[in-house]
Amino acid sequence: MSLLTTFMSRRNSLGSPVLPFVTILMTLTVLAAIGNLWIPADSALHVSTYTITLLGKYLSFAMLALAVDIVWGYCGILSLGHGAFFALGGYAMGMYLMRQIGSRGVYGDPILPDFMVFLDWDVLPWYWLGMDQFWFAMLMVLLVPGLLAFVFGWLAFHSRVTGVYLSIITQALTYALMLAFFRNEMGFGGNNGLTDFKDLLGFSLQADTTRVALLLCTAGLLAAIFMFSHWVLKSRFGKVIEAIRDGEPRVRFLGYRTDRYKVALFVYSAMIAGIAGALYVPQVGIINPGEFAPLNSIEIVVWVAVGGRGTLYGAVIGALLVNYAKTRFTALMPDGWLFMLGALFVLVTLFLPKGLAGVYGQLITSWKRGRNRDEPPQRNQEATS
Amino acid sequence: MKQALLMFGCWLALWSTPTVAETDTTSSYDDLLMALTEADLNATQPILEKIEATGHPEVLSLFQTLLDGNLHFRKADQVLLSIVDVNGTDQYTEFQSGTAIEPLGRRDVSKIRVNNNLRNFLSSAIGRLQLRSSEPDLRSAAVLSLLTTLDAATADDLAELRREESNRTVLSSIDLALAMYSARSANTVAAQITAIDTLSDRLQPEARNLLFDLERNADNPAVREAATAALKKIDGKVTFYGYVDQLFFGLSLGSVLLLAAIGLAITFGVMGVINMAHGEMLMLGAYTTYVVQLLMPGFINYSLWVAIPAAFIVAGLFGILIERCVIRFLHGRPLETLLATFGISLILQQLVRTVFSPLNRRVAAPDWMSGSLEINPVLSLTYNRLTILIFALIVFVALLVIMKKTALGLYVRAVSQNRDMAKAMGIKTDRVDALTFGLGSGIAGIGGVALSQLTNVGPNLGQAYIIDSFMVVVFGGVGNLLGTLVAAFTLGIANKFLEPVTGTVLASILVLVFIILFIQKRPKGLFPQRGRAAE
Repeated sequence: MSLLTTFMSRRNSLGSPVLPFVTILMTLTVLAAIGNLWIPADSALHVSTYTITLLGKYLSFAMLALAVDIVWGYCGILSLGHGAFFALGGYAMGMYLMRQIGSRGVYGDPILPDFMVFLDWDVLPWYWLGMDQFWFAMLMVLLVPGLLAFVFGWLAFHSRVTGVYLSIITQALTYALMLAFFRNEMGFGGNNGLTDFKDLLGFSLQADTTRVALLLCTAGLLAAIFMFSHWVLKSRFGKVIEAIRDGEPRVRFLGYRTDRYKVALFVYSAMIAGIAGALYVPQVGIINPGEFAPLNSIEIVVWVAVGGRGTLYGAVIGALLVNYAKTRFTALMPDGWLFMLGALFVLVTLFLPKGLAGVYGQLITSWKRGRNRDEPPQRNQEATS
Repeated sequence: MKQALLMFGCWLALWSTPTVAETDTTSSYDDLLMALTEADLNATQPILEKIEATGHPEVLSLFQTLLDGNLHFRKADQVLLSIVDVNGTDQYTEFQSGTAIEPLGRRDVSKIRVNNNLRNFLSSAIGRLQLRSSEPDLRSAAVLSLLTTLDAATADDLAELRREESNRTVLSSIDLALAMYSARSANTVAAQITAIDTLSDRLQPEARNLLFDLERNADNPAVREAATAALKKIDGKVTFYGYVDQLFFGLSLGSVLLLAAIGLAITFGVMGVINMAHGEMLMLGAYTTYVVQLLMPGFINYSLWVAIPAAFIVAGLFGILIERCVIRFLHGRPLETLLATFGISLILQQLVRTVFSPLNRRVAAPDWMSGSLEINPVLSLTYNRLTILIFALIVFVALLVIMKKTALGLYVRAVSQNRDMAKAMGIKTDRVDALTFGLGSGIAGIGGVALSQLTNVGPNLGQAYIIDSFMVVVFGGVGNLLGTLVAAFTLGIANKFLEPVTGTVLASILVLVFIILFIQKRPKGLFPQRGRAAE
């Protein structure tokens, strides 16, 4: 009993990461926003619009990493296909932005996007209908990835596909989608994807204020999703999820319908990925089938692995760090990045199985243990001397 | 017409008694050649006809050289020369003696010119000459070249030749030509219809064109009907051979998948780990082939025999290296293994990109693998695909023998069935793991050699096959070689049969979707392992 209370107290002493995380995240983004909008361009504290966009991109990746961490870190489902949900959300947003271009396109067609005019299509395909409404597009951002995750997850978890099999078929899923989206006949712009966006809700995407607003929006949503996910995973539902990760058959024998829990979590995670994609597209200005590439999905996994899975904040930190390194490295020596990324995969799995968050946790624990242990020996030393 | 008949008669006479007029023809042949150098364009044809009538053995090559526009003569002594352009420089040869000579000035030689009339005459004369060639292939080709231009005289001649002919291919070509002739211009409707019936067994495009023509333009309705029926029969056959062709391409794709997946089946089956760098082993094998060819440029035909063991060793060593340095530390953590090996695959790809450049490299095909086996005019199987199909089966059988008959195979099976028990029985599981990995990777390397003969070799070569090979392994059932074989060929054939209906991309998507659904139903594959070993 005493052991349990000490365990509980230690846990409490580490504290919930929610408050510091949200505080740091929001402070930094607000500072960046101020640095861009109100500090003059010649000042050393000025934050360029390029940096703002980059930050926004990183934060949407962080959200994506969060989505992967939720299924991988907490439920042991290693999805190599989360890029697909991300890209689907992105495409939904991209379709809305395409419709907003209206007659300002190269061919000036008020309804059809440029690529459809180019392909000699005369009517809008049915799945493009309604995409000119923001609310409808946002609904699709959630529903399309969610529905795909539901169908896929229901099929997979219901027939108890687990482990590497599941990973491989998620990869096959995103691969199949990539092939499909590369086709012009699909009506999503084929190889080139959707681009040349003009404005979002009437605000020009080129304007600094829009960019800052998008960054703030991304950070706000990331914070909100972080808090909500934390709450969900600490709830009773979250406990069952963790139990499934650690011993699914046992949980099943205890009477839980584990497949339903997993499907629910998978759908939730896919929706987060969809939101991340929807935030990513207006900031980057393009969405193309390359986002479905299996390599992208597997890169997300490495962000989470680097940051440390099963902690939520680890995923965010991992995504930010790896992407920052990627930006830096590809600028310095473009060929070196894949070496780096490959080495990162190998080294992290071999030497940092719990990621940076794990290292941090170990440091804290050993520091605490050290402090606890330090005191008695001192007394002993005094006694002997 | 009559003249041609006369000429043929005369020529046949010469043919049957070649010794009688030997000296005579030679001298007159030489005279005729001399005349050829002196004649102007209009007078050339009669001389050529006379030359043809001599039946001299050189006539064929003379006509061919003339047709190619390479026949010249030296102005000084009117000796015929052949001037052939070899890689930009002219090579001079005395035509009759065949001795090479020093190049002459442009003014010292004169070309024997030909116009279109002469060219037509020459082509058909060459056809006629080849009819009597000693090579059956040439004879058959000559008959086929006459198909649409056959006239009564040549038809009679062919009928004559048919009696002496013993080669079956040539006979069938002659029959085709004769049937086409009588379908076109026989006197009686009955003869025409009989000929059309004969044609309905043939797949040559010329025969089909003729039948189309008859169907539309023949005067007699019975002939038109016969032509329609024959066309329907031919179409049925063409469709059938189309399916056979697709089946062959499916088998070919299946053999490639088999080579790619079989190594994976072993490593995944034995160690339960997914090696995402497996595709890169294929790539390494393909690059090994490329390097071997670079090292022995003069021996392209033999380089493959060196490349196969070399690729096995290179890829196998890489496999052992990966196992020793990374995978062994991740025992019992399959998902982490997947990630780490993925990292390795990225490193290997980038390594190849840095060493060999990101551009695709072309690996030359040896002579004995180029060309195709023509089964009939609509179905021909390329030798490289045929070879790879057979090669894949040989590799499969070899692997099966290793697994079933050797000590290593016994250990591998023991470890895959129950690792702890195998260890307790004194099997060094570490060693077995490393060797299994080496074997699986080495076989992928061999697969790479085969792949290099079908596609260009590039850093992304492995990526294209990795997902497909996983699908094959999963579809066939993990740890089951026979299942892998069946799965590879099933997927290959399914892919190729879907392609014409749905297009390439949609076909691969459909196959993927099918497998995803299949795994839902039978998570352990087509042939699951039974009993406790399966858990």
